[in-house]
Amino acid sequence: MSYAIRRRFWAAFLILAFFGLWEILCIALQVSDLVLPRPSQILATLVGRFDVLWPHILQTLWTTMVGFLLGVTVGLLIGACIGTSRIAYDTAYPLLIGFSSIPKVAVVPIFVLWFGSGSVPAILTALAMCFFPIVVNIATGLATTEPELEDVLKSMGASKLDILWNVGLPRTMPFFFASLKIAATFAFVGSVLSETVASNRGIGNVMMTASSNFDVPLVFAGLFILAVLGVLLYAAFSLVEMRVAGWANRRNDITTTA
Amino acid sequence: MIDFSETGDRHPVAVELSQAAVSFGRGEKAVAALQETSLKIAEGEFLALVGPSGCGKSTILKLASGLLQPSRGAVIVGGKEVGAKALRIGMAFQNPTLLPWLTIERNVMLPLKIVRPFRSQYRSKKNTEYRDRVHALLADVGLERFANHYPWQLSGGMLQRANLCRALVHDPSLLLLDEPFGALDQFTREELWATMQSLWMKRKPTVLLVTHDLKEAGFLASRICVMSARPGRIIDDSTVDFARPRTVPMTFEPDFTALNQRLRELIIDARTDVATEEA
Repeated sequence: MSYAIRRRFWAAFLILAFFGLWEILCIALQVSDLVLPRPSQILATLVGRFDVLWPHILQTLWTTMVGFLLGVTVGLLIGACIGTSRIAYDTAYPLLIGFSSIPKVAVVPIFVLWFGSGSVPAILTALAMCFFPIVVNIATGLATTEPELEDVLKSMGASKLDILWNVGLPRTMPFFFASLKIAATFAFVGSVLSETVASNRGIGNVMMTASSNFDVPLVFAGLFILAVLGVLLYAAFSLVEMRVAGWANRRNDITTTA
Repeated sequence: MIDFSETGDRHPVAVELSQAAVSFGRGEKAVAALQETSLKIAEGEFLALVGPSGCGKSTILKLASGLLQPSRGAVIVGGKEVGAKALRIGMAFQNPTLLPWLTIERNVMLPLKIVRPFRSQYRSKKNTEYRDRVHALLADVGLERFANHYPWQLSGGMLQRANLCRALVHDPSLLLLDEPFGALDQFTREELWATMQSLWMKRKPTVLLVTHDLKEAGFLASRICVMSARPGRIIDDSTVDFARPRTVPMTFEPDFTALNQRLRELIIDARTDVATEEA
């Protein structure tokens, strides 16, 4: 068996073992499903109420993706600005750090105050959660361009834009995609967070309502959906990363596919 | 040697420093990097700058490239003040800085994507004319089989060959080299001297080579300038007229070793001058 297959096998085994142990412990210790429902009950809830859950899944995915795309755009622009200019970097960084260190839960009420409850605060919270890792990674990638190479290109008469386009941006691609994976999951956290506070749609809202009705299996079903969506988003961006910025990982590719 | 009639506006002096001085910082804290220096580099000349480390060799190179403005005095390149981009410039450093996501072919082609007038036709010619141009150049340095390899698949010496190709692909009339062979082992370095020499003999660009290797200077240069310790100035200027193509065995002949010895003493003196001044 090759290393790749074995690795997959053990990863799958660990997941199954985790849920198996959970199921067995719940039965053996007679845990009430009001405290911790068994995986089988959660699965049953998921399947049984999927028609109700489905629109909420779409709602959460929609706000996450819009917030994420806006966050990527904002993050790219700010990152490109502060990564190419030393002065912009030094002046803007303290403000950015300050902004990013605000717990985003605290911002949701403000968004609700401005835009009412619903999709808009969810999108904005997702944006606020996810743009910072992109800014940091893009700025770092750009700032680490070799000064000698910049000299070589400048002496040929290259403009700042030429250097950014031919050297800076391709160099940041591995950083960018690494940050995309993180940003996608952050955006997800953001929109769910906003939904739990102020929305009547979305998985976050489903979980809040379910918990106040003591419908614990549904709360856990919501958690499951979030976990699966999170993994899917992560996997999707890993795939794109391999395609676009595979050059940074080529040694791993060779050793694992050979 | 230089034909003026053909192009008319051609200037026999490729680079001229006239009382150019560079200091970093302002006021009392200013540190002089280069004392008032005057230097003329003729077109097609291969000039080597040697001197103790930190003496301002690279500063002169940066002045010639236009990346640095003199604090005082003037730098005239191709008959115009620096910044006017009168000459096409190629540059290579000790660090090859090839881009890891591009093949050697595309790395060498990069200047054609940037430098006028090549850039306007980059899209249409990158797979035809420009590709052939790059391959011909790679063949000159013995890298034709590696055109489609990535930089990480090549050795240090091969990367430096590719780096030279990238510095030459847009046919620069001024080539600026900052210790390009400094990080290589002795044998690879000697191989690259020969490569560099044949590239120069074939194209005859004006070359300004900064090096601390006296043998390298003697092997490659047609003229050697020795600089004093920081803040630098030129303390010796001599022509080297050994026949070309020069070979490594020639570097062991008496004439060559005598030159080597003389340069060595000049530099050692320059260093001890500073040591006694500081004491």
